[in-house]
Amino acid sequence: MYAAFFFIFAGAAVGFAINLLIQRHPVYSALSLIGVMASLASLYLMLGAEFIAAVQVIVYAGAVMVLFIFVIMLLNAGEEERTQRSKLARQAGAPLLLILLSLVATVLYKQFPRDSMVQFGDFPGQTAPIGRLLFREFLLPFEVVSVLVLIAIVGAVVLARKEP
Amino acid sequence: MVPISYFLVLAAILFVLGVAGFLFKRNIVTIFMSIELMLNAVNLTFVALSYHLRELNGQIFVFFVMVVAAAEAAVGLAIIITVFKHRESLNVDNVDLMKL
Repeated sequence: MYAAFFFIFAGAAVGFAINLLIQRHPVYSALSLIGVMASLASLYLMLGAEFIAAVQVIVYAGAVMVLFIFVIMLLNAGEEERTQRSKLARQAGAPLLLILLSLVATVLYKQFPRDSMVQFGDFPGQTAPIGRLLFREFLLPFEVVSVLVLIAIVGAVVLARKEP
Repeated sequence: MVPISYFLVLAAILFVLGVAGFLFKRNIVTIFMSIELMLNAVNLTFVALSYHLRELNGQIFVFFVMVVAAAEAAVGLAIIITVFKHRESLNVDNVDLMKL
């Protein structure tokens, strides 16, 4: 049961991610990315991270992707034009990516014991302890991050306004 | 039941797909989306390891990564709008002022 759910959502995530690469029009790529994020939210639920799953849907699939779609439509972005400028990326790109994937996957696969299984309800989603951690142990990072967001807002406004 | 390493290998696959998008796509908005894909893959490893170690700190880190990603998206898209205003193009090959 759990394995079936895992393979459904993992397959959906990888399929949407490949579709993001294949699609030429940025709007289709953005929709695929929303699919990836929704599948990942389901996987977070399966890992018992209910708070993170909710935040993933609300912040990522909601706010950030709306921003992307908004910019794509504002700039009236059309189909991507294929250029053949970089010989290095064309010839060495795919083999190097495969090497990277095999390296990372082998290390991760060897590093973690096979008997550490994941199942429903083993590590129940605890939103209240996350809140307590966030406002006690991680209070300073939380405040610093809020200042970072403020800086980002001011920076975005300064960058995107009309030049006088 | 699924071993924890399956989640980590899935995250590695998603990360490499993000790298591929970053390298092969020519539209600056799509390149930006590939960066978001890589951030999502890293978030999956954080949550999987948080489960593996039975610690909530990993989920807090995911929360911070999401905040940084949102801030980065706001500033990055503003930069894209500014680039488009000056170049009238979203193709990264046309933004080569610093190229030798």
